[in-house]
Amino acid sequence: MTGAARVLVVGAGPAGLYAATALAAAEVEVDVAERLPTPFGLVRYGVAPDHPKIKSVAGVLSRPFSSPGVRFLGNVEVGVDLTPADLARHYDAVVYATGAPVGRMAGIEGEDLPGSAPAGDFVSWYSGHPDAPDLSPLLASRRVAVIGAGNVALDVVRLLVKDPASLAGTDLPDHVLAALRASAVTDVHLVARRGPAQVRFTPAELRELGELPGVDVLVAAEDVAGALAEAADGSRADRANVDILCEWARRAPGGRDRRVWLRFRRRPVRLLGPDRVSGLVVRGEREELLPVQGVLHAVGYGAVPLPGLPFDRDSGTVPHVAGRVVDPERGVLPGVYVAGWLKRGATGVIGTNKADAGETAASLLADLPGLRRAPDRDPGSVTALLSRRGVPVVTWEGWRRIEREEERLGARQGRAVAKLADLPAMLALATRPGGPRG
Amino acid sequence: MTYVVTSPCVGTKDKSCVDVCPVDCIHDGGEQMLIDPVECIDCGACEPVCPVDAIFAEQEVPAGERGAIEAARAFFDDGGTP
Repeated sequence: MTGAARVLVVGAGPAGLYAATALAAAEVEVDVAERLPTPFGLVRYGVAPDHPKIKSVAGVLSRPFSSPGVRFLGNVEVGVDLTPADLARHYDAVVYATGAPVGRMAGIEGEDLPGSAPAGDFVSWYSGHPDAPDLSPLLASRRVAVIGAGNVALDVVRLLVKDPASLAGTDLPDHVLAALRASAVTDVHLVARRGPAQVRFTPAELRELGELPGVDVLVAAEDVAGALAEAADGSRADRANVDILCEWARRAPGGRDRRVWLRFRRRPVRLLGPDRVSGLVVRGEREELLPVQGVLHAVGYGAVPLPGLPFDRDSGTVPHVAGRVVDPERGVLPGVYVAGWLKRGATGVIGTNKADAGETAASLLADLPGLRRAPDRDPGSVTALLSRRGVPVVTWEGWRRIEREEERLGARQGRAVAKLADLPAMLALATRPGGPRG
Repeated sequence: MTYVVTSPCVGTKDKSCVDVCPVDCIHDGGEQMLIDPVECIDCGACEPVCPVDAIFAEQEVPAGERGAIEAARAFFDDGGTP
């Protein structure tokens, strides 16, 4: 092959951007198509606002865009704005890194009632995702249950009970901060099917919950009975979690204004209505009714099948070998790759994507000499095509304009960033001709 | 906070942590690997890949290993050369 290879990465989350980084390092020309006008995926729309250090990975993820051969095509939805025929015409290979955007539900009776939602929707809402449903009505509830035993459950519990004043310096959008200040929530029940020795919490994040000012964390002694013995055979994280929970079980409640009740070995059975959530029935040794008005399901995320790509419904992933997409009937699809959650399922931390995307990029680079060469290799013809179709493309400079506006709004309030969440306003900022530069 | 490499790394230096760190903040400190506490983003990717369980979140470092926190800080304050 002569001249640089041309690759499209679909999705500008951590997996897509680590893939772009690895490809750019091998002098491949990369376009990164992103449905939203903003990059960084779950770093922007998933990592909790009070964990800013993790969000600083955005600096590393931005690096590929300083290479002249790497472009950000924001506000471009592959499959809608660009067809499979377009991809074949303009790119030698495509890496799909669209993640697992759908929050799963517990699968119990009554879960479709108003007041019940995937925890992922609540995360998207407080993170200012432009497509998020308005979850502010949940905050009119005095009591909320969160079903789950992982870090997303911890994040949403923490955001529900944390003193809003302590969130005022974060990047939360203004309307979210206002809604949290007006919140009626006093009691949050975390309901875990698993026992304390089997939870999936990161111990440091569990500990954080117990250190929130104004919040009592309550664990029943019976819920942790026998857990120390169970954890003895488990991982170091299992033992650390059990130690923390046993310590809390011995602690006397401090009469604080907000309470978190951690309940283990309890299976959610059904939500009570009739018109909206009025309770959650859980079953441990016996059945109990939790008098909650809201329920968030933090039981994982799922991917959605993409047009033209095989999909394994059991695992919720695209079948692949080392990132090469494999159709069960047709075998390896030449020039088609996956990375990130779409490839391995919704597990792991941000850093996991570096090795994951690195593997995919290595497969792609090894395959390049044998891949069919795209006939139209002019980067300008992709943007011209999108322009003809009336798709306003957000460039990296366009995204930087959104970012600078968020910094300006934040500075007025004494915080680094105040996120924008309104899509038309963001697009207007990012695509306005002749706007301020630099 | 930060993650911290403790003494089981001495004599091991497997370096699996270096490959998974998303911000390349784990460096060879001579006897053992060291995490730059300023650059570390608290993602926790390194902790489970360590074959000798040497890596802990700062708050989880065992009592006998707490000195590793300050040692890493001093190393990188000093410019980060063994």
